[in-house]
Amino acid sequence: MGKGRPEIDRERCKGCELCNMVCPESILRMSEGFNHKGYHYSECFDPDRCTACMSCAVICPDAAIRIWRRAAIPAGDGASGTGGGKRDA
Amino acid sequence: MPEAILMKGNDAVGEAAVIAGCHYYFAYPITPQNELAAYMAKRLPDVGGTFLQAESEIASINMVLGASAAGVRAMTSSSSPGISLKQEGISYLAGCKLPAVVVNMMRGGPGLGNIAGAQGDYFQATKGGGHGDYRNIVLAPSSVQELADLTVLAFDLADTYRMVAMILGDGYLGQMSESVVLPEPTGKRFDKSSWSITGCAGREARYIASLRLSPEDGLEKIVLDLQDTYDKVTAREIRCDTYHCDDAEVVLVAFGLAARICKAAVNALRAQGVRAGLFRPITLWPFPSQALLETAGKTRHVLVVEMNAGQMVEDVRQALGDRTPIDFYGRVGAMLVEVERIVEKVKSYA
Amino acid sequence: MKLVYDRTLGLKDVPTHYCPGCGHGIIHKLLGQVIEELGIRERTIVVAPVGCSVLIYNYINTDGLESAHGRAPAVATGLKRVLKDRIVISYQGDGDLMAIGTAETIHAANRGEHISVLFVNNAIYGMTGGQMAPTTLAGQKTKTSPFGRDPAEAGFPIRACEMLATLEAPVFIERCAVDTVRNTLRAKKAIRKAIQNQVDGKGYSFVEFLSMCPTNWGMSPRKAAEWVGETMAAYYPLGNFRDR
Repeated sequence: MGKGRPEIDRERCKGCELCNMVCPESILRMSEGFNHKGYHYSECFDPDRCTACMSCAVICPDAAIRIWRRAAIPAGDGASGTGGGKRDA
Repeated sequence: MPEAILMKGNDAVGEAAVIAGCHYYFAYPITPQNELAAYMAKRLPDVGGTFLQAESEIASINMVLGASAAGVRAMTSSSSPGISLKQEGISYLAGCKLPAVVVNMMRGGPGLGNIAGAQGDYFQATKGGGHGDYRNIVLAPSSVQELADLTVLAFDLADTYRMVAMILGDGYLGQMSESVVLPEPTGKRFDKSSWSITGCAGREARYIASLRLSPEDGLEKIVLDLQDTYDKVTAREIRCDTYHCDDAEVVLVAFGLAARICKAAVNALRAQGVRAGLFRPITLWPFPSQALLETAGKTRHVLVVEMNAGQMVEDVRQALGDRTPIDFYGRVGAMLVEVERIVEKVKSYA
Repeated sequence: MKLVYDRTLGLKDVPTHYCPGCGHGIIHKLLGQVIEELGIRERTIVVAPVGCSVLIYNYINTDGLESAHGRAPAVATGLKRVLKDRIVISYQGDGDLMAIGTAETIHAANRGEHISVLFVNNAIYGMTGGQMAPTTLAGQKTKTSPFGRDPAEAGFPIRACEMLATLEAPVFIERCAVDTVRNTLRAKKAIRKAIQNQVDGKGYSFVEFLSMCPTNWGMSPRKAAEWVGETMAAYYPLGNFRDR
């Protein structure tokens, strides 16, 4: 199981693909289907390889991505969170 | 017994603003109202107020907008070309329902014109100037005393109706020094906490804007509400003055400085046995159409006197229709209308 | 699992009207985060410009005040002079800040008004459909420079940070970009500094962001991000120009 996983709000996603571009593990791709706005949305096809680096969440212009991290792994890779809204699964 | 002091018109406006509790003044120099800025620069620190000479008339009207949105009384002043620059800001104030006082000490125009007093901005002041379906309250003083009194009134009217109140003076009034009994503060209080922009502590975040893009947002409704307000102002706030009109056969109609000169003409005519009178609008918007109709609707002749090419005369014609012949005497290029010419014209109607 | 990156309370939880890949969305998010993290949401006022971000008050979860095109620094001045302890942020695009608003931009900076100015530079006029901006690059094609901006006709693009850095009063001037994660995180730090300066009563701060406009550049968001990093940043160097 991965260190973390991205939770992507498919209805907020506008299909810009910036998250795909920045993911260091290349585990994001655009969906085959469409959301209600007609965009292909981003999805993580291999969450086991997610390192919770938060790159996708940082670059997302639509604040459509939240990041979950396994509690045992300490944070500290420079990508800062929001200061609020941290909670357990 | 309140003391009368000698004051320059521009200074009187400044002191009246301070009396009215205006502690924020933003302006840019332009002749013939520079004394007002200089007065505020010296006076506002006394009351812990803020004087700021902005980089332009455009910047200063927008500073007024910001300060007004924060819930305080704010004022700017300028003269004709600078007031042209402020038209956008005035439209935005109107669209945002923000109160403000704008002082125009008119000078010769159009263009750079000259620096003497004139009355060429009547259209600009009363018919718009800026874009959209809005109105400003326009007050026309004709003495230094009135500059002071109407400035205090302007702040109360602006706050009562959440709109721009304009003092439409001219270079002569601004420069002349006369005896003034400074007005008392009216003591009216206005609670702006339900709409002012101060940070959302203890309440929902809000914003003030005049952009209303979608039908649901209701630009139509907003503008109709504005017209409602303007109807209320028209019903309640018209002000005008008459001089020797009760038995007048010829009524002069004039505002501001031209009205002063007309008063002298009325006196000269009466001394010669001519029954002349003067009707003087004090609110140019709302225009005292009804009062004018009652005063001059049945006279033999009306003569409108202005220091422009004929602006208020259109409102006079609209109010009176063809009930009585209406003549116009004006001087343009910031020239003064002359008592002798007025007397001559009135006598010619005999 | 623990939620380590969530939507900030500094943003209203609504979708935005911005195009896919638009830099405004990223910058709004950073601004919202900084506002939340500094605990200043209830005393912040955002002054909105005219441009794509005219509706910013619908997105940032604070009080807002619209201003006419270019006038935001003057409106912000009026607000801040009255509300000295509130945090007043002016958020503007290239037309607003560097065309019609040049005088207001320079003079608010020169007076050292205690405001924070965020300048989103995407080298084009977005809202009105892609016309040339004062920051459009030489040779760049836009609706009003269809053959490419010709400096002989239209002058050269203006570097705002460098220009403002000639003024005495500003305490913080920095140029950032939102094309990569690394640059975006740096941009957030710059926003934080710009606003902290106001919290600390230090004076005027200015942050410029090189930002993507995929729609009007006629590029995909990916290509637009690359264009920011490769082409825009070559003319508009990233970095700090003042940090007192």
